[in-house]
Amino acid sequence: MTASPPARSAGAPSGDAVLELRAVTTEIRSLRGRVRPVDGVSLTVHAGEVVGVVGESGSGKSMTAFSVLQLFPTKAARVIAGEVLLAGRDLLTLRPEALRRVRGREVAMIFQDAASYLNPVLTVGAQLEQQLQAHDMARGAEARVAELLRDVGLTPEVAKRYPHELSGGQCQRVGIASALACSPALVIADEPTTALDVTIQAQVLRLLARLQREHDLALLLITHDLGVVAEVCDRVYVMYAGQIVEEAPVERLFAEPQHPYTQGLLAGVLDLLDPKPIQAAIKGSVPDLRDPPSGCRFHPRCPHVMPRCSSDVPPLLLRGESRSACWLHDDPDASQGAPT
Amino acid sequence: MSAGRGTKALGAYALERLVNAVPLVLGVIVVNFLLISLAPGDPVTALIGEFPAPPEYVERVRAQYGLDQSVPERLVRYLGSVVRGDLGFSFANRQPVLDLVVQRLGRTMLLMLTTVVLATFVGVVLGVWAARRPNSAVDGGATGFALAGYSIPEFWLGQILILVFAVWLGWLPAGGFRSIRAEYVGLDAVWDQARHMILPVLALSFRYMAITTRLTRASLLEVMNADYILAARARGLSERRVLWEHGLRAAALPIITVIGYNFSFIVAGSALVETVFGWPGVGRLMYDSIFTRDYPVLLGILLLVSITVILVNLVTDIAYALADPRVRY
Repeated sequence: MTASPPARSAGAPSGDAVLELRAVTTEIRSLRGRVRPVDGVSLTVHAGEVVGVVGESGSGKSMTAFSVLQLFPTKAARVIAGEVLLAGRDLLTLRPEALRRVRGREVAMIFQDAASYLNPVLTVGAQLEQQLQAHDMARGAEARVAELLRDVGLTPEVAKRYPHELSGGQCQRVGIASALACSPALVIADEPTTALDVTIQAQVLRLLARLQREHDLALLLITHDLGVVAEVCDRVYVMYAGQIVEEAPVERLFAEPQHPYTQGLLAGVLDLLDPKPIQAAIKGSVPDLRDPPSGCRFHPRCPHVMPRCSSDVPPLLLRGESRSACWLHDDPDASQGAPT
Repeated sequence: MSAGRGTKALGAYALERLVNAVPLVLGVIVVNFLLISLAPGDPVTALIGEFPAPPEYVERVRAQYGLDQSVPERLVRYLGSVVRGDLGFSFANRQPVLDLVVQRLGRTMLLMLTTVVLATFVGVVLGVWAARRPNSAVDGGATGFALAGYSIPEFWLGQILILVFAVWLGWLPAGGFRSIRAEYVGLDAVWDQARHMILPVLALSFRYMAITTRLTRASLLEVMNADYILAARARGLSERRVLWEHGLRAAALPIITVIGYNFSFIVAGSALVETVFGWPGVGRLMYDSIFTRDYPVLLGILLLVSITVILVNLVTDIAYALADPRVRY
């Protein structure tokens, strides 16, 4: 996307980090036990960068997104460890009122099923104006709402409509307008196109990409759709069973996937230009996180499984421009100083 | 509001509903009339009493009131006069039924509307309070209150209230509509009226407070789990605004429905409460006219109460349509 990709090699510390998660662990407590859908996740989003988080359902990618603002679909979920640094400030230590001021203003969210994320009994305009009021931008709110709606390709009249009078694509445009309303530093988009028709998906994605460029937004994009990743992301994290197994610039990820899980994900994508029988995608399913597999969490499903995979947790190691957590790449040179 | 949702459309909808209610009201009249004809006893025996009257006299009175005719003949004549706005003459009260019932209905409505307003207000406040901290002491208290409200009959509660507040404590009058001997004017008269209303309204509203509390709690708890609540929080709205502007606004829909639904039951409850408190309303009148076999009054009450319930349901539906933009009419 960017003309000259700066030296944002994986893992390299950078001064322009907008968001930095450090070993974040989120726990859901239920009567059936405790689950950690996010288990020691570290990731960084730099200014103006589009970062993708991919994985299957249940990999913890959405819970990672929810952990940033500590807003979860269930009351039983809580961030129990780590740091969520927004421009260096740890959001986990903020008081509720300070955190509220971050939500929707400094960090905005776009959700999957936009229609259900709009209140059915309030007009679109009312919901956008509420957000502006909540952040002391009530003055000129009506004009600002009209401007926002125009920005996302809707007419200002949409402000008077109720969500049920809009299509799914229009609702998602409203969702994007809401995300941009207070000019945030970071937008987190959780599967923003998944619930839409294919043709609408492309439109919404293009809109998101355009606005990201125009506003120089940092965008954290959660998706299971590798096509979306290829189209808009600069850098990608691959999550499996609550952990990050690979991080790479987008071209590297598609050209040379390191982790067997990433290789499996990519093998599952049908290439229309090079039709070949789809290889058996990853066999089995995501493990039950109440009792995650020992060692590498992917080892029960891994085609290259080795004895040490079930006993030792592989660290995320830098290899070229990518980092991956797999014992396959543990050649003697690289393992110097790596914790075992 | 978008096209098709103006006041004109609402007016047309209301008119359509009223027209549709006509066959319903007719059905109510016919069924009530037939039911009463099937009931044992007749007004003439009730009017004459135990005294052994000569059979010719009984026959004459019976013919005078038209009771010697067959049931279908009487029904047709009754329907004819109802259409002309004449609900007949009360045997026992020696007064036109319409005047009598309308006067009493006004007093009953005073009781019922106060009850609906009080029950809704207290119920919503308690329900919101309970839903904000589910499974807390407040929630437990509200649940206990609701359970008691569901289980205690109005007439029993009424008697206990009289015992405690009128007999033991002597704070409030035990019954009646207003003080008869004192001639109050202005605010004093209003206050006197209000004092007489407190106990009957409490007795009548307890159950509906309980129902509204439980419903508000359940509805709000469900709504507060909705995606759009999470989204409202993500936009930076305070918990207070999320609760009142998003949560309660959406949770209000089932509450509105139940207000209308409750209304029909409050009619029934008011008959008992009016009897306990000697409140001269339509419930008390109904109770009396059953014992005096005052059929025209009974029929008139049933008719006007049916119409009231139909109107209240219509108002409820309109309120629902105004509150929920998704409703089409």
